[in-house]
Amino acid sequence: MSAKEITVALVGNPNTGKSTLFNALTGLRQKVGNYPGVTVARKSGRCDCGDGLKVELVDLPGLYSLAAASPDEQVVTDVLLGSLEGSQQPDAIVVVLDATNLLRNLFLASQLAELNLPLALVLNQADIAHEQGLKIDTNLLSQRLGGVPVILTSAWKGEGIASVRRAIAEVLNKKTKMTRLTWPSQVESALNTIVQAIQTDTSIAPSNADAQRILFSSNAHTSDRLGWSQSQRISVIRQARDQVRAAGFNPLAAEPLIHYAHLRKVLEGVVSGGAGKQGNAAALDRVLLHRVMGPILFIGIMLGLFASVFWLAKFPMQWIQSGVDFLKAIIAPTLSSTPMLQSLVTDGIIAGVGAFLVFLPQILILFLFVGILEDSGYMARAAFIMDRLFSWCGLNGKSFVPLLSGYACAIPGLLSTRTIEDPKARLATAFAVPFMSCSARFPIYALMCAAFIGPLYGPGWESVVMVGMHCVGLIFAIPTAFVLTRFILKVKPQPFVLELPRYQMPKPRDVLWRMWQNAAEFISKAGTVIFAITIIIWALCYFPRDAQMAEKIKTAEPTLNTQELQARTQAAMIEQSWMGRFGKTIQPVFDPCGFDWKITVGVLASFPAREVIVSTLGVTYSIGKGAEADSQHLRLAMQDAKWTEGPRKSTPIFSLAAVLALMVFFALCSQCGPTIATLAQETGGWKWATISFFYMTILAWVMAVVVYQCVIRLT
Amino acid sequence: MTPLSQLLPGQFGKLVSLNPDRAVDQRLMALGLLPGMALKLVRRAPLGDPLAIEFGGQVVSLRLAEAESLIVDVAADCPVQRPKNNS
Ligand SMILES: Nc1nc2c(ncn2[C@@H]2O[C@H](COP(=O)(O)OP(=O)(O)OP(=O)(O)O)[C@@H](O)[C@H]2O)c(=O)[nH]1
Ligand SMILES: [Mg+2]
Repeated sequence: MSAKEITVALVGNPNTGKSTLFNALTGLRQKVGNYPGVTVARKSGRCDCGDGLKVELVDLPGLYSLAAASPDEQVVTDVLLGSLEGSQQPDAIVVVLDATNLLRNLFLASQLAELNLPLALVLNQADIAHEQGLKIDTNLLSQRLGGVPVILTSAWKGEGIASVRRAIAEVLNKKTKMTRLTWPSQVESALNTIVQAIQTDTSIAPSNADAQRILFSSNAHTSDRLGWSQSQRISVIRQARDQVRAAGFNPLAAEPLIHYAHLRKVLEGVVSGGAGKQGNAAALDRVLLHRVMGPILFIGIMLGLFASVFWLAKFPMQWIQSGVDFLKAIIAPTLSSTPMLQSLVTDGIIAGVGAFLVFLPQILILFLFVGILEDSGYMARAAFIMDRLFSWCGLNGKSFVPLLSGYACAIPGLLSTRTIEDPKARLATAFAVPFMSCSARFPIYALMCAAFIGPLYGPGWESVVMVGMHCVGLIFAIPTAFVLTRFILKVKPQPFVLELPRYQMPKPRDVLWRMWQNAAEFISKAGTVIFAITIIIWALCYFPRDAQMAEKIKTAEPTLNTQELQARTQAAMIEQSWMGRFGKTIQPVFDPCGFDWKITVGVLASFPAREVIVSTLGVTYSIGKGAEADSQHLRLAMQDAKWTEGPRKSTPIFSLAAVLALMVFFALCSQCGPTIATLAQETGGWKWATISFFYMTILAWVMAVVVYQCVIRLT
Repeated sequence: MTPLSQLLPGQFGKLVSLNPDRAVDQRLMALGLLPGMALKLVRRAPLGDPLAIEFGGQVVSLRLAEAESLIVDVAADCPVQRPKNNS
């Protein structure tokens, strides 16, 4: 890649189809969804514009105005100014507009024209505009805007993509710029005042666009970037704003007022038809946002979502399980001549990674439903319904998407907090996200429910506990957020301005692709992190070996038959392994939660990635039982496990109290390296990531103790 | 002249004034909600807050507290323009 590579930025309002167009132009696959704020970071890819011209195309988050407020919007202004590290100012801009709402979309385009870069306009979603009976005279629009290419596309259907390629080549070639509006003379001179003052004060010549940001926006991003200090600017800005006032404008309202007035004229006669055609939103909203029906449907949808994740995933999970067992059965005999290798492959790798992969179907189905909700347009409505509840604890309806995504995985959830404008509200949301019961917690709940709750209390209680465990995190996140926003961060009441997009049939391609991307991440994690941790844990459980162990046991208890002897030997081996010794040393800490040393080992091994618990339990409990394990094996091994010493001797380790305590511990504990790293990245430092880690971990321990001690006394 | 927050669901109005110093209002202005713009209070959220308002062919949510300082002129015959971009 040479430094002189040509870059072209895709800019536009949220939800206009930038990512869809990006995918069509580059052949890549960016996340797409019918919710304002799907893309939250810059992504780039190569686009072929014909005649051997290849450009670097940059997909950006959507924004309504260059007066950026939230960090995802800030990314756009940084990219456009080339002030982002490692990037240069783009050579051209492709503005993506929603053809059904040109006036509003052109406001941003008109601001972008002030940057004085080559520019093309893509009017996307032409299919919808056509359905609504709108006719758009692109030639007239192009002519009014100084000859910039104006192209109608339906990016989703792949219509008009070739013209976009040609247009990019054309604007790069001819450097076509969009006509800028003529500012009223007082505003023009106010802008000049600012330009000149900056030039004298900093000896940098600011652009006109910079001067506009300083004059019209109440934030100080631009002045700070230019190094124009507070003391230097304060009187100049006041003077300039007085000039604007003299022209009859409130300085903070002047920009949209002047642009919109200009654009109304530009659009005169450009758009025709479309009157009287109602969109689909009104009719559906009447039901989905109804005072009574709305909440009922919302709760129904959420319950249905989680219930189907369970029941639908059941069958594929069984298939994967039998596949894993089959593999084990085939491989074990071929390695019987080398017991150590056999143990590594069957007890370590296959059991460990297999136990983890079993939960792939649940993750797939959860992401499928999240994708469907988002692409249909319902997600924004859910945020609308939930805003009141969230505002009570200082959050915002926009926290809903991060929190719901958190149920699949905390990391996309944390990234989607970028759409929240207020940094404190964003921080509070990010702090709450890791509490959501992510899919990595599924494995331990599912194992515990299937092994203990189901057999003992029936499938009814199994579901109740499952649902309950998914609420535990939420139940603690709410008061946490409340205290955090009210007393620690002191978040001011938040604005909640969210566009409610139109409804549409979820597009299978987009939804399935998103599901697959998330699944691929999960699988690659199984292939790398989980694989490595599995082997390490296996080794810690396998070594050191005591060759005389069998002899010693035989001498002590000569009545044992061969099978019993083998089992006893292996149990003794694991107990005196490194892991066994370590777990026993730490176990007193977890004793009040009812965890034995094997569970302790599992808990400790799970700090880098919590889903490791299942494979660790698989290793610690299955090595003691010989290689011929079957799918019921781990469950049986755990059901049989008894305390071997202390006051609880020969009572089951996995009593109801311990099972619940273990699940509550995993519901609350901060056990995910990537989440901590993302939290640090999103909150701009390790402070909050560290606080989150200790807070969640200590809370988990305390609650596990409370649960164990209460339940043990009640049962 | 009523605050937007007091409109009934389904009622139309014309924006008279807003408060450009506030971040919310700046956002709304960027969306095209400027004095003189026709708007409609579409509905309230099931819990009473926020509101959904329609203007310029789009539906946008807005909290009650913020709607209090948006002053509208309620007019019986002032329908919101459908998404005709030259409205
Ligand atoms: N009918 C129709 N829908 C489209 C078209 N292009 C995109 N969409 C849909 O519009 C929605 C938004 O598309 P995205 O590509 O995610 O939009 P974006 O501009 O990247 O959105 P943000 O990243 O949130 O700013 C998705 O549901 C797309 O399927 C189109 O040409 N026609
Ligand atoms: Mg996008």
